[in-house]
Amino acid sequence: MKRGIRRKWAGCCFLLPSFLGVLLFVVLPFADVARRSFMTAVTKEAAGMKNYKMIFTNSAFLLAARNTLRFTLVCIPLMVALGLVIALAMGGIRHMQMVKSLYLFPLALPTAAVAVVWKMVFYEKGFLNKYLEQLGMGGGMDYIGGDAAFYVLAGTYIWKNLGYTIVLWLAGIMGVNGDMMEAARVDGAGRLQRFWYVLLPNLKGSLYIIVVISFLNSFKIYREAYLVAGAYPHDSIYMLQHLFNNWFVNLDLDKMAAAAVVCTMFFLVFILLLQGLWDSGG
Amino acid sequence: MKVHVNKKKLGKAWMHIRKAAVESALFFPVLLVCIPVFLLLTGSFMARDELREGLGPVFTGMGDYIRWKLVPDYPTFENYKKILLETPQFFVLFWNSVKMTGCILAGQLLIGVPAAWAFAVYRFRMGKALFTLYVVLMLLPFQVMMLSNYLVLDRLHLMNTQWAVIGPAVFSTFPVFICYGGFKQIPAAMLESARMDGAGEFFVFLRIGLPLGKGGILSAMTLGFLEYWNLMEQPLAFLESKELWPLSLYLPEISWQQAGYAFAASVITLIPPVFVFLMGQDYLEQGIVYAGLKG
Repeated sequence: MKRGIRRKWAGCCFLLPSFLGVLLFVVLPFADVARRSFMTAVTKEAAGMKNYKMIFTNSAFLLAARNTLRFTLVCIPLMVALGLVIALAMGGIRHMQMVKSLYLFPLALPTAAVAVVWKMVFYEKGFLNKYLEQLGMGGGMDYIGGDAAFYVLAGTYIWKNLGYTIVLWLAGIMGVNGDMMEAARVDGAGRLQRFWYVLLPNLKGSLYIIVVISFLNSFKIYREAYLVAGAYPHDSIYMLQHLFNNWFVNLDLDKMAAAAVVCTMFFLVFILLLQGLWDSGG
Repeated sequence: MKVHVNKKKLGKAWMHIRKAAVESALFFPVLLVCIPVFLLLTGSFMARDELREGLGPVFTGMGDYIRWKLVPDYPTFENYKKILLETPQFFVLFWNSVKMTGCILAGQLLIGVPAAWAFAVYRFRMGKALFTLYVVLMLLPFQVMMLSNYLVLDRLHLMNTQWAVIGPAVFSTFPVFICYGGFKQIPAAMLESARMDGAGEFFVFLRIGLPLGKGGILSAMTLGFLEYWNLMEQPLAFLESKELWPLSLYLPEISWQQAGYAFAASVITLIPPVFVFLMGQDYLEQGIVYAGLKG
């Protein structure tokens, strides 16, 4: 009995510093933000839902929200699928360790250095147009200032994070019980059947974590976007991150508060849904 | 019979070809990784005029396309010399980066690692809900939390000091999540038997938890280093004086007329994370894997 109590105390002591910090730096100020989202920014009078109405009629917010959603919906499925295909192809090849390192390496390249190279490649007079023209396949496109910017950004995201996804998938595949796969093979299941009916259902847990991590990393693409295209990039890559940043610079704190609350709610629901899926099926 | 053998041989040959094709396809990203590094390296050894001529079209939009030589016409150490010997500012910022990254990682070690241990080993009433909260917080992008960060930093009078960047990052919940995965791998029976032998809770953490959870901890540190060495959003929002900035914000400030200088600075910025990557790669992978294990 005494032991149990002592153990409980020890657990609390380990957790307490972190918990207090999270409380101080995140939870309490967020509560303050939530409070402010119902007030006017300067005079601090009660404003009811006015701030919320304002952001949902704000064209910049709608554009940014739509772009962010589009980016997520295009990139994450692509990333998850591409990662799985490469991880499957990688099983059992020579030099696997080296190939893995190569895929992971872009993670170590500093964003600022990447931005320099991207300008050289994707600007109108850059390498991409140069070689495309030499091959007689067009050229003269502005990849950063035009609609193509979206795909450049999506490509950058995949380039940077693919290695991470592959390592996660490889771990998941290794974790699947080998006997089960072998049994299915003996029972006459073909390659495709084994993949579809045995391997894939067992990778559900990995899928959850890969989606979560890809999601987390997809927001960090803002750094590249900002360095290559600035604070007000082409409309196709104007994301929520840009908008929040510009609001912050212009001190539009009431809109920011309301939007922060909306986004947080959205994330919360998204994660709880994913977790529910994971718990029910994992 | 003879035909059969041939078929088998043929099949084998086909398999080899296919395997080779897959392998070479997988090596394709070598290009995507090497080209950027190669461009930065060659650029850093190019003389000012050569760069101006080659890069001019890209940045002014005038003239023909970009021109690049595989080997510079007149390779020179001028750019490195200028940075390392004639720009004290560069060292100030380099040092800022080292300081901020170091403080954040040290803080995470002291605060995040024990928290992960608590989640992995002890049972609390609200433990599961609290851990979910930590996961949600880990996923929230910085921009969403920017206002609340600002409010608290302003109240604590930390704005425009490097603590404004270090403070919130120390309490990031991401390392807790990664270390948790590592600690969770330690069999409970092992801890129990140590306790039977009379070891205190703190001793168990120090002597069993830390050595066995090393993989998770080091991987959190490696991922953390790569992240904080690249820090942009936080210093941009919270640090007004440029002499407090980290290196990652300084590079984009260099104009294209000084491209050689920017290339050399990029190469120098690149060295620490590449070094950490090579050192920590095994742990990095382990940690990525831990994150994927169901706890």
